[in-house]
Amino acid sequence: MLRPRIIPCLLVHEGGLVKTIGFKNPKYVGDPINAVKIFNEKEADELVVLDIDATVNGAEPDYEMIAHVAAESRMPLCYGGGVRTAAQAKRISLLGIEKVAISAAALENPNLIADMAAEIGRQSVVVILDIKKRSFGREAEVWTHNATRNTKRPWTEVAREAEALGAGEIVLNSIDRDGAMQGYDLALALQLRETVGVPVTLLGGAGSLDDIRAVIDTCGVVGVAAGSLFVFKGTYRAVLINYPDAATKESLFANLIRTEA
Amino acid sequence: MIAVVDYGLGNVASFLNMYKRMNIPAKSARVVDDLDGIDRFVLPGVGAFDHAMDLLDDSGMRTALDELALVKKVPVLGVCVGMQMMADDSDEGKRPGLGWVSGRVRGFVTEPEVARLPLPHMGWNDVTPQPSSALFGGLETGARFYFLHSFFFDCASRKNVEAEARYGVDFSCAVRSGNVHGVQFHPEKSHHFGAALLRNFATL
Repeated sequence: MLRPRIIPCLLVHEGGLVKTIGFKNPKYVGDPINAVKIFNEKEADELVVLDIDATVNGAEPDYEMIAHVAAESRMPLCYGGGVRTAAQAKRISLLGIEKVAISAAALENPNLIADMAAEIGRQSVVVILDIKKRSFGREAEVWTHNATRNTKRPWTEVAREAEALGAGEIVLNSIDRDGAMQGYDLALALQLRETVGVPVTLLGGAGSLDDIRAVIDTCGVVGVAAGSLFVFKGTYRAVLINYPDAATKESLFANLIRTEA
Repeated sequence: MIAVVDYGLGNVASFLNMYKRMNIPAKSARVVDDLDGIDRFVLPGVGAFDHAMDLLDDSGMRTALDELALVKKVPVLGVCVGMQMMADDSDEGKRPGLGWVSGRVRGFVTEPEVARLPLPHMGWNDVTPQPSSALFGGLETGARFYFLHSFFFDCASRKNVEAEARYGVDFSCAVRSGNVHGVQFHPEKSHHFGAALLRNFATL
């Protein structure tokens, strides 16, 4: 059976690993390479590594850092941050990165999605949408540049457009829930699953493994990503990189496996 | 010495790192001279079929690889598009493949039972090998590997199916014709399962 993917999401800021709350106040939590080594040992399903400086600084992706992370990783990697051209995506892919993510660039220049798909294959093109809720139940909109610019575009429209252009995966990242550790937005998760026909991953809000289980029970085989959950432990948010062991992870899929059988 | 063929596509560094960790000698091969003295090779690959075939031709290594695979019969491991290239042809492209394993690469989208599922097929899935497989020695039960693809290898003959996985339908996720092996999944990114398979390949 194809398994849901449980994915630590690592944020890189000024060369260090950080965690934000509501996309703000990055707290230093360690060294990226060390984190990759720990997730290797824990056999994480995938890793997402996002350089949160590159786009806002208008900088090139840090190829040296990416190469270092890729060489160390024994699990599939998705890299995002500062990618604006298909040539950059190709260069990153050749460093040993399975998936290249774009966000702001996909909004500014949607054809980049098609160009990247032609260059590195659609399965390797990930579009990450950072979304913020609006009042009165209106559809959440897509923001860019670490949640400082509102594109004012409803996320389902952008997600469908990205799929049509050649995205192989859509990651939906809730700005409101980032770092809050109060659980995922399950209605949003289900809507994401139903909006596009490519694999999807939900990010933002996980506070416990039960929150992950709730997404899987609601949506089935999807990607479930988390930042804080896998780098903090306890009420005081002490830094401790952690990930469920094989048996615990399998228990999160128990309802799915029952359905399958 | 294992060569990992570096023709400009695929995850050469990851394979070299895996073998380095296991203390198994491996090197990248970029030009035909790099293939001198090797006793087996890995053919990686990602992206589109025709692009991969073009780049392999441009590398100048194609004839030497044909000879190693078909005449000298050294163990070969194709991975992902590297595996698909070993077919006769592909739904994804117009160019003929290497023809090392008889079959055609087809799109999941043409399989009704798969087309209703999310594509690409992405993530960790169970793999069921043939009981006699040396490549999957020690991986007979409970093995799972990381997949990321929308096309699959449709073998002309069942005898070339080395392992199967299920995504809507059962498909051949590993193929074999004599010394030539191919896997659709990514052993270089499949933790201890992948390490075990790459170690097996080194001793075939």
